[in-house]
Amino acid sequence: MTGAARRLGSLYVRRMLREPDVERVVAVDAVTPEHDLGEAVFVRADIRQPAIGRVLAEHRADTVVHLDVTGTALAGGNRSSVKETNVIGTMQLLGACQKSPALRRLVVKSSTTVYGSAPRDPAVFRETTAPKALPSGGFAKDAVEVEGYVRGFARRRPDVAVCVLRFANILGPGVETPLASYFRLPVLPTVLGYDPRLQFVHEDDVTDVLLRASREPEPGTLNNGTFNIAGDGVLTLSQCARRVGRPTAPVLLPAVTLTGSLMRTLGLSDFSPEQIRLLTHGRVVDTRQMREVLGFHPRHSTAETFADFASATGPGLLPPDLLAAAVGRLTEAVTGHGVTGDGLTGDGVAGGGPPGEGATGDAGPWEPGPGGGPVGRGPGGGRRSTSTQATR
Amino acid sequence: MADAKVIPFDDDRARRRSAPRGGRSGGDGTVPLPAQGHGDSPGPGTPRGPRAAQAPHGVQDGDGAPRRGEDPGDPGPAPGGGSGGLERRLAKGLAFLRRRVTGEYEVDDFGYDAELTDEVLMALLRPLYEKYFRVEVKGIENIPAEGGALIVANHSGTLPLDALMMQVAVHDTHPADRHLRLLAADLVFQLPVVNEIARKLGHTLACAEDAAELLARGELVGVMPEGFKGIGKPFGERYKLQRFGRGGFVSTALRARAPIVPCSVIGAEETYPMIGNARTLARLLGLPYFPVTPTFPWLGPLGALPLPTKWTIQFGEPIPTDGYAPEAADDPMLMFNLTDQVREEIQHTLYKLLVRRRSIFF
Repeated sequence: MTGAARRLGSLYVRRMLREPDVERVVAVDAVTPEHDLGEAVFVRADIRQPAIGRVLAEHRADTVVHLDVTGTALAGGNRSSVKETNVIGTMQLLGACQKSPALRRLVVKSSTTVYGSAPRDPAVFRETTAPKALPSGGFAKDAVEVEGYVRGFARRRPDVAVCVLRFANILGPGVETPLASYFRLPVLPTVLGYDPRLQFVHEDDVTDVLLRASREPEPGTLNNGTFNIAGDGVLTLSQCARRVGRPTAPVLLPAVTLTGSLMRTLGLSDFSPEQIRLLTHGRVVDTRQMREVLGFHPRHSTAETFADFASATGPGLLPPDLLAAAVGRLTEAVTGHGVTGDGLTGDGVAGGGPPGEGATGDAGPWEPGPGGGPVGRGPGGGRRSTSTQATR
Repeated sequence: MADAKVIPFDDDRARRRSAPRGGRSGGDGTVPLPAQGHGDSPGPGTPRGPRAAQAPHGVQDGDGAPRRGEDPGDPGPAPGGGSGGLERRLAKGLAFLRRRVTGEYEVDDFGYDAELTDEVLMALLRPLYEKYFRVEVKGIENIPAEGGALIVANHSGTLPLDALMMQVAVHDTHPADRHLRLLAADLVFQLPVVNEIARKLGHTLACAEDAAELLARGELVGVMPEGFKGIGKPFGERYKLQRFGRGGFVSTALRARAPIVPCSVIGAEETYPMIGNARTLARLLGLPYFPVTPTFPWLGPLGALPLPTKWTIQFGEPIPTDGYAPEAADDPMLMFNLTDQVREEIQHTLYKLLVRRRSIFF
C-alpha cells in the first residue's frame, strides 16, 4: 500500500488489519507517517525510485493499493514533487508490478477531477463520458496521466485485476483537503453568478470501497474496471455554505482567478485553478456502475457527509441553528401576532370574520386609541395590545 | 446565496409596497398590522391578488360602515375570508424561509431546486405569463401524465421567453403537476447568474447524455431543435421553421422509447421584432447574434421591453416511438423522416393557429 503517511492511508491500513484473512499489510511512503499504522509493516521507500520493486518482491505482495495519487503535498513538499510522485511514482510502481509474478490485484485511487469542470459538459458524468475540455494542469492532469498508465498496465498484464476508483471530493470530520480548508474559512468567497453542484464522499466510505476493491469480489459483483465513487445526492455551494453556517462573499470570476494566482505566487494558499473551476461550474458523477457492478452502497450520502464535516468544523458566523431559531421566533411572533392581528382586524371591520365576533366588544375601546398606529406596527406592538386586551 | 436574498428582498419589497398604502389610507393602527403579515409571506405575487380582491367584500359585508370610512382600501380585512388561511400561508412561508436559510432543501443531480422553482421563480414568471402575454394553452392533455416524454417546440423571439412560458404553461395547467425540464444552449451555462437560475429552474445542457438521463428518469423534457437559428432569425422569416439540427432529439427519444409531443408557440415571434443583426458587435461580445429591433438598442433598457403580444401554446398529439426497434435509433433515414414529420406537424399547427389569430396583441 502506497501513500501510508496520509490520513487516508493510515485509515485504510487500520481497516485492512481488522480483516481476519489479511496476512500482512506493508505500508510504503517516502515520509515516516505521523498516524498510527497498527501492526502494519512500514517500509520507508520512495515510489519514484526503482527500490519499490524490491519491496514488492521481498513481501511477495499479491495486492497493490496505490493511494499515493494526491493533489496536495505533505509538509515541505511543493507542487513539482507532488506531480513527480503522482506520475513518475505511478510509472515506477507499475513497472515494479509488471515484474512481480505474485501480483493478482491492483487498486488505484483516482479522482473525478479527470472529468474537468466546464459549462459545456453534460450535467452528470459517467465513467465513459469524454470531457469536453481536458484538464490543462494540476492534479487533474496528473490523474488523467496516471489513469492512462494504469490502462496500459492493464493491457500488458491481463491476469491482474485492475480497479480504478474515481473519488468525488473526500470529506469527513478530520479531512485535510483544499476543499475542506475552504469550508473552514470564516467567510466563503464564491464566484458571482455561479452556484456549483458538489458531491462528497465520506472517508469511511472511501476506506470501505478500497477494502471492497482490494479483495475478492463478492458473488454477482465485479471489482475490475473504473468506477465513480460518490455519495448519493448533490449539494449546491450555497446550500453547503448555509449548512456549515458560513456567509458567502460573491466575487467576480476574473477577480477570483487573479487573486488565486496571486495567492499561489506568494505561497499563501495552494488553491489551484482546478479548484476554482470546480467552485464555478461544479461536477456531478453518475454512480450507477458503483452500485450495480461494484456492488458498493455508500453509508453516507453527500448531505450526510457534509453534515458530519460541518458538525466537526463547528458553527460559523451564521450557524444554521441560530438562523432556524430566529425564524422560529419570527414564526411565533407572527403567528401569535397573526392571531391577535386577526382579532384586531376583525375588530377593525367589526366582525368581518367569525373569529372577530367575540372580540368586537373589546374593539370599541381599542379602536379609537390614539396610540394604535405606532403600537400596531411591530410584532412587539401586537403582543402589547394583546396584554392590554387581556387586562381589560 | 443569491436565492437566499430573493426572499428577504421580496419581503422588503412587499413591505415597502404595503407601507405607502397604509400611509395613503390614513395610517391608522389597523393598517400596517396585516400589511406586515403580508410582508412576511414570501412569494407575494399570487396570493396577494385574490386576497386584495376579497378585501372590499369583507369590508362591505361587515357592519362597520363608519370604520370603513376610516380606512378605505385597507388590505387588513383580507382575512375576513379565512383567517386560518392566512395563518397557514404565513406558517408555510416561514417554514419555507427556515428551510432556505438553513440550506435544508433538496436539489437533484442537475441542480433543479423544485421548491425554489415552485415557490419563488414560478411566482415571478407568472405575471408575465398571465397578465403580460395572456398565454392560452391548448392540448395540455397531450402531455402524458407520467413517464418520460420529449416536447419539441419552435423557438422564436430573440430572447428565450417562449421556453420559460412553456415551462409555466406545463407547471400551471397540467393536471398531474408535471415539471418541464428544458434543454438549453451552452451559452446559458457560460453566463453568470443566468446559469445559476437556469439550473435551479431545472434546465440542463442540450446534449444527448443529459436528455437521455432525464428521459430515463421519467422526466418531461423540452427541447427547441432550431436553437439559435430559430430564436435569432429576422422578423421577416417569422413562423418559418428553421432546420431541426441533425435530428438528435429523435434518436434520443427513440432510445428512451419516449413519445414526442410537438408544440407550437404563437406570439413569441412578435415580442422583439428583429429587423437587423449587428454581427460585428455580436462577434465582439461572443454572442450568436446581436438583435436590432425598432426599439433596441435605441431606447436603451426601455427598448428591451418585450411587446405585449397575445400568445397561444398548442401541444399536439404525441408521436409514439416505442413501435421502433432499438437499433432504429441509428438509422439516419428513419431519423430524417421522423424529424421531418415532427417539423411538419409543428409548422402546420403554426399556420393553423396564425389563421385563427384575430390580432397580434389580442
